[in-house]
Amino acid sequence: MIALLRRDLVLAVRAGGGFGLGLAFFLILCVLVPFGVGPEPALLGRIAPGVLWVGALLACLLSLDRIFQLDFEDGTLDLLATSPLPLEAVASVKAFAHWLTTGLPLVLAAAPLGLLLNLPGAAMPWLVAGLALGTPALSVIGTFGAALTVGLKRGGLLISLLVLPLYMPTLLFGAEAARRGAEGLSPTTPLLLMAGLTAGCIAVMPFATAAALRMNLR
Amino acid sequence: MSIWRYANPTQFMATTGWMLPLFGVSAAAFVATGLIWGFFFTPDDFRQGSTVKIIYLHVPSALMAINAWLMMLVASLIWLVRRHHVSALAAKAAAPVGLVMTVIALLTGAIWGQPMWGTYWAWDPRLTSFLILFLFYLGYIALWQAIETQDTAADLTSILCLVGSVFALLSRYAVNFWNQGLHQGTSVPVATGGRTVSDVFFIPLAISMIGFGLLFVALVLLRTRTEIRARRLQALLAQSTAVE
Repeated sequence: MIALLRRDLVLAVRAGGGFGLGLAFFLILCVLVPFGVGPEPALLGRIAPGVLWVGALLACLLSLDRIFQLDFEDGTLDLLATSPLPLEAVASVKAFAHWLTTGLPLVLAAAPLGLLLNLPGAAMPWLVAGLALGTPALSVIGTFGAALTVGLKRGGLLISLLVLPLYMPTLLFGAEAARRGAEGLSPTTPLLLMAGLTAGCIAVMPFATAAALRMNLR
Repeated sequence: MSIWRYANPTQFMATTGWMLPLFGVSAAAFVATGLIWGFFFTPDDFRQGSTVKIIYLHVPSALMAINAWLMMLVASLIWLVRRHHVSALAAKAAAPVGLVMTVIALLTGAIWGQPMWGTYWAWDPRLTSFLILFLFYLGYIALWQAIETQDTAADLTSILCLVGSVFALLSRYAVNFWNQGLHQGTSVPVATGGRTVSDVFFIPLAISMIGFGLLFVALVLLRTRTEIRARRLQALLAQSTAVE
């Protein structure tokens, strides 16, 4: 498992694409929004939690189709499926690697980008905490979407249609926590609900992912 | 005599062959009765005026939009557990019907909302979760379209249906938390039985709901039969090319 994790991480960092791309996309999105809605600090501060969350969501989506696609094409996935490691574990490791290369950088980048968007200081810790709790769920759900579309030639567009509705609850709780933080209310309830959601996703989704992979490899 | 008899496509075709016209005719009769009675022979509401009459389209279609997804869920489970092709095809056949029901519910709601709430759309929990249901239908149908191998498509869409059901339910209760509701609660609570709508409106509404249910069954049967015939045609074509 650790070998697989290390292999995925090395591939993501060295083999171009995935690693920096999501982060760069997140940055560009946050730079574009003020051009779209105007540079008033008050307005930007109000929409900043939502923009940052939606941006993180889309940046996460961008690298999803790379999770299984290359391994599927060169046959690695077949080897993994016949290896003694259960496919559920493979799915979990893949999701974890995706989170380390996409989710974690997004969490770290959110704070400076929040400054860029004039995010109220009170909301900042809750936004980062929310992203830290929520992005694992995004990776796990996204891995499921990637497993569904792995056999398709052009799965990239389909993946967004399949995965984005599944992201809805996470987005809702995450943005709500940051908004409550900004308004000085207690953000514990949405954060706890989201933590529960993430824990549930991590526990259950690898089974669905593995089932979808088996069907695609048959 | 059990329901699994109809897992055999021949049995299914034979039985639904005579059931389909029955369902079709009764659906037409019930829908026509419910709608005509509702539109022309009920009084206007004291406050809402004649806009109240959209309820005869709105409520039955919303009801069937949710039940269509439930039916797809059951059919997907049957396909995953017992691998009966008729079941997978029935789930495939039900999706576009459910999608259209969702659209009807959303559109009629918007048309009613403009004079009553002063807006076509509000980010109300019920409205939002219906929009999300609409997106789930779209994703489900798109996945069916995208995969070429029929059995793999059936497998993957079934998994998506199961996972989607969980998340649709989660979203339904998550949005409650997110925004206050504008949509009124039900006036026909089944659990408590305390109905707050007068019989004058309720009887045509009930007839219309039964009619939409029958219409759904008829459409799903028709579409499932079409899918089975398409499968047979494919098999015949494959056979004839193999012989050549």
